[in-house]
Amino acid sequence: MIPASFAYHAPQSVAEAVSLLEQHGDEAKILAGGHSLLPALKLRLSQPGVLIDISRIGELQGIHVGSSIEIGAGATYAAVAGHAGVRSGCAVLAECVEQIGDIQVRNRGTVGGALAHADPAADLPAVLLALGGSVSAQGPGGSRTIAADDLFVEMLTTALEPNEVVTKVTVPALGKGEGAAYSKLKHPASRYAIVGVAAYVKLAADGSVAAARIAVTGAGPKAERQSAAEAALVGSAGDDAAVAAAAAAAGDDMEYLGDIHASEDYRRAMVKVYTRRAVAAALSRARA
Amino acid sequence: MALLMHPANNGVLQAEGHTLVRFCWQHIEEVSKVSTITVTVNGKTYTNDVEPRTLLVHYLREHLNLTGTHIGCDTSQCGACVVHVNGQSVKSCTMLAVQADGASVTTIEGIAPAGELHPLQEGFWECHGLQCGYCTPGMIMAAADLLQHNPSPSDDEIRHGLEGNLCRCTGYHNIVRAVQYAAAKMRGEEVSA
Amino acid sequence: MTAEAPTKVVGKALKRREDPQLISGQGSFIDDIKLAGMLHAVVVRSPYAHARIKSINTARALARSGVVAVFTGEDMMDINPLPCAWQAAAGRIQNNLNTPRALAVGEVHFAGDAVALVVAEDRYIARDAADLVDVEYEPLGVVVDARKATEPGAPQLHENAPNNIVFEWECGDAARTDAAFSTADVVVGEEIINQRLLPTPMETRGAIGRYEPSTGEYTLWTTSQAPHVMRLLLTAFVFGIPEPKLRVISPNVGGGFGQKIFCYNDMAFTLWASKKLGGRPVKFVEDRSENYKYSTAGRDHITDVEIAGTRDGKISGLRIKTHANLGAYISTIAPGIPTTLYGRIATGVYKIPAAHCKVWGVYTNTAMVDAYRGAGRPEASYLIERMIDRFAAEIGMDPAEVRRRNFIQPEDFPYDNGMGLLPYDSGNYEPALNKALAMIGYDDFRKQQAEARAKGRYLGIGLSSYVEICGVAPSAWIGLPGEGWGAGLWESANVRVHLTGQVVVTTGSLPHGQGLETTFAQLVADELGVPYENVVVEHSDTAGTPFGYGTYGSRSAAVGGTALVKSAMKIKEKARRLAAHMLEASVDDVVFEDGKAFVKGSPDNSKSIGEIALQASVAYSLPEGMEPFLDETTYYDPPNCTFPFGTHIAIVEVDRDTGMVDLQRYVAVDDVGTVINPLIVDGQLHGGIAQGVAQALYERAVYDDNGQLVSGTLMDYAVPVASMLPSYETGRTVTPSPVNPMGVKGAGEAGTIASAQAVMNAVVDALSPFGIKHLQMPATSERVWAAMHGK
Repeated sequence: MIPASFAYHAPQSVAEAVSLLEQHGDEAKILAGGHSLLPALKLRLSQPGVLIDISRIGELQGIHVGSSIEIGAGATYAAVAGHAGVRSGCAVLAECVEQIGDIQVRNRGTVGGALAHADPAADLPAVLLALGGSVSAQGPGGSRTIAADDLFVEMLTTALEPNEVVTKVTVPALGKGEGAAYSKLKHPASRYAIVGVAAYVKLAADGSVAAARIAVTGAGPKAERQSAAEAALVGSAGDDAAVAAAAAAAGDDMEYLGDIHASEDYRRAMVKVYTRRAVAAALSRARA
Repeated sequence: MALLMHPANNGVLQAEGHTLVRFCWQHIEEVSKVSTITVTVNGKTYTNDVEPRTLLVHYLREHLNLTGTHIGCDTSQCGACVVHVNGQSVKSCTMLAVQADGASVTTIEGIAPAGELHPLQEGFWECHGLQCGYCTPGMIMAAADLLQHNPSPSDDEIRHGLEGNLCRCTGYHNIVRAVQYAAAKMRGEEVSA
Repeated sequence: MTAEAPTKVVGKALKRREDPQLISGQGSFIDDIKLAGMLHAVVVRSPYAHARIKSINTARALARSGVVAVFTGEDMMDINPLPCAWQAAAGRIQNNLNTPRALAVGEVHFAGDAVALVVAEDRYIARDAADLVDVEYEPLGVVVDARKATEPGAPQLHENAPNNIVFEWECGDAARTDAAFSTADVVVGEEIINQRLLPTPMETRGAIGRYEPSTGEYTLWTTSQAPHVMRLLLTAFVFGIPEPKLRVISPNVGGGFGQKIFCYNDMAFTLWASKKLGGRPVKFVEDRSENYKYSTAGRDHITDVEIAGTRDGKISGLRIKTHANLGAYISTIAPGIPTTLYGRIATGVYKIPAAHCKVWGVYTNTAMVDAYRGAGRPEASYLIERMIDRFAAEIGMDPAEVRRRNFIQPEDFPYDNGMGLLPYDSGNYEPALNKALAMIGYDDFRKQQAEARAKGRYLGIGLSSYVEICGVAPSAWIGLPGEGWGAGLWESANVRVHLTGQVVVTTGSLPHGQGLETTFAQLVADELGVPYENVVVEHSDTAGTPFGYGTYGSRSAAVGGTALVKSAMKIKEKARRLAAHMLEASVDDVVFEDGKAFVKGSPDNSKSIGEIALQASVAYSLPEGMEPFLDETTYYDPPNCTFPFGTHIAIVEVDRDTGMVDLQRYVAVDDVGTVINPLIVDGQLHGGIAQGVAQALYERAVYDDNGQLVSGTLMDYAVPVASMLPSYETGRTVTPSPVNPMGVKGAGEAGTIASAQAVMNAVVDALSPFGIKHLQMPATSERVWAAMHGK
């Protein structure tokens, strides 16, 4: 219940945060909403010597909705869920964050923190992948953008450099003929995803599926795209048979993790079930 | 490190427990830095020196003697420690006191003016929404946040809105009734338990 | 003077007088208590489930500034191991009894076992220093499964317990049962696992010990359901000091559910350390993960059960063989739970002519197992009710009808079930079943179920007709040779009417959520005819209350409440005699009714209890030989237990794709005898039901093969939140108990005892189209999915 001691810094700017990261190297951890980090500190599973609290950095706040939606890395889940522009422009994002933890977690937990932490059972990575979003990060050499597809490397590991800070998350605003959905089997105790599936579809003028992106979280060591399932959808009429084909193709080439709540076999089966649900919902929204 | 946050890895983690215990030995003396914070709690402003690692809940309970905010777990599940920070409900066990520097905090002791009961406190009493009373302060603070956002919740919305709080005594039935009682009262309706 | 008699309050849904402080954050729980000079203790725990302690080096911890002392088990050899108070099986376990010491010496036997104690100026420092205690272990073999632990070649925990067996125990008639099975038309058997649960009171356990060097007296504040018992055990057995040298106080206690009945090592080491450290108070409060690793768990049975009967639905035999996991050491009353409180009620609400139950109590490398809400009775009730459904399915009869055909009938009471229990006091089982069936709309449901199945939706309904043992536990039963309990569990109460007419009640029971301050005041107010507001109930401090055995086993109303009422009756009798003196009437002519005494037929000329109390207190004029003051104490040892009963029914739908179980409705009809406060009784039932539903659907404590508790935090141990439970539809029948003057039976555990099997029977019913006959708890989505998909 009691963290080990650490030195604490609360930089006012991203540049300052980056320079602190450079200064302290491996010893330092970034503290954003703290809902992954603080429990680990309390159980002493993590004992960083330095915490760099980025929650007071003004430039990391804010949500801007235009042709794309830009969310400051420090925006809380609650801020995203409650943002009218997000709800109308990219409803799946609100749908996803509303399923994270509980109200108190959502009042503190941040979008940037979740993506940088890359917990294999976190919800947002699947949605970022399905939306083809990206994160922007700032390091000593300046800023860069990392596409979702390049972000998640392995369990709890991203393409971010140790001295980079996530500054914003960008997802497209969905237009006519586009739809996305997130569907989740919730862990009964932690409420993380046992399996979570995010699906995005774009319909052609004739109603056939022009593009699809499907991503799974919770089932294995990292969130992953489901290319076989996507291929089964693209070019199809998006009818029940196509949805079933996508579901059947999902999850076959993944690495799975099992635990006392859900075995690998069960997770594999649930990837198919939740793919079907997410894809069906995404299609229905695209047609709306 | 935060492997623990993944339910799939508990086994791994536990297995690593031995190693972690040994790692702890390497982390020797404390970093005895102290931060000065100023926090307004229940309308009163306090300035204190705290270690950065001090949890907000320990700051409230140990430094300010506001022991109505409780601790029921160490993984942010139980919600016994819920308080409001700048009007939003948070788990004070999962926030550092230094993060509350400059903030306004409301605890169960400050939810109603002295000598009065908040409609939720009244509802919990009228509807037998508590038994041992340990989860009650956190439950009331969480419900207050819920009603701020949704003054007319359905029973189902109350149940989902209180997902961050565990009660082991009541089975929640009467907690739902208590929140409905308070919601009605706050809407200015006639109420009865 | 004539005064209006106060309104009767027994039976009224009064809101609780306990609540104002609790809803305002003004409660005083163990961790809220701060004493001058208080030190903080943190326990160094074994990461290994079984190991020899090769060395402990405290030097680095002691060097940490702020650390006052570091103690090991060797330091505390001047106090004894914690005692076991319930040595079931006629004391036959004495030779292989192993109870915990304040800190382990030589070997650790489960992960989390206490190895050293760090005491420091604040808890942050103590926690840091705990990581600086260097312990060298030599790991030993580990076994966590009760049945495997008894097999040849299993790792051995204690030299004095070959094959890790604590005891073998049996009840019922083995020969007759075997005969019944050999001639039965139908025999159905099943392996049924009652999984290990973590009680999870929302407040963890803790203790503050303080020693006063000038007087040699100790004070212990602790989260206890039974402070008097703790005083007795700690003084007479652990410390070897005179009982009055220790005062035990339970402050507000944040839920217990059994886990807080027992004597724990922290009670001993905080007191011991305070003495060692010159009297500075020492506080220890568990973290939740420590509570899960160290404090007692519940259930954990592996059972082979068989039921025999006829094709027309009559049960003729029941045979049970249970391995009960007791953990690494024996907790305070652990042996009594899977024996006396389990086997003896195994036949439930049914007339079963031949039954036998055999139990092996077993040591394993896990935390201790002891009473958890219901304690033995939920395990028994789950078995019989699951098997009734198994049997009904086997013979193709409606499960409600099988229950009806085998119920003990009203005229059978008092009913001896042949399992070594005192006779069931009273009961009328069929009306409760019928009422529950009507409330749920049983016949309609079966139609809906058939229609739903035709559409590929799987609904199920589950019945549970239960009886349980409350008012634990009279000496007439528990003091019998063979039960192995150290004493009959009577209860005490003192009632005093002060000069001002205010009534002060002290009781050996104590509330930790049950609302006894309210219900006890209701009982006394009505009995004495005084306003409810004028009755104060004091409890929870050995210094101010008479000896009592505490609150558990749904005993407070039936035993503690009766003691109270009997004291009030004695007060009334004395008041009547004094009133006769005041009225210058013959004692035989005076009656006491509704708070006043008067000559029969002349109620207008009366003396109120207040007037009589004043007269008794000032004592200017008392009858010859009468002592001043109205002050009466009762030590009440009931002649029998009480036996509440009822029927619970659950409706579930299972999702074909995911195996998720949706508990859609829950109906509970309970007969708890006379109801003192319906608000509180319903609350007790709701909470009890929630815990049973949680066992059926969510909760499971899991150790891996290395003895690590995999479900070691609330991240993995699924205590349900509000959205995971339904509203409860409650109904009642009232069959007063003849055992006590109020007719109360008890309500604290009934919900838990009734509910798990109602839900599981519903789940299995829903899965019956898939040929599923049994599913182990909890019915997690994966288990249900696997069952449906033949995995």
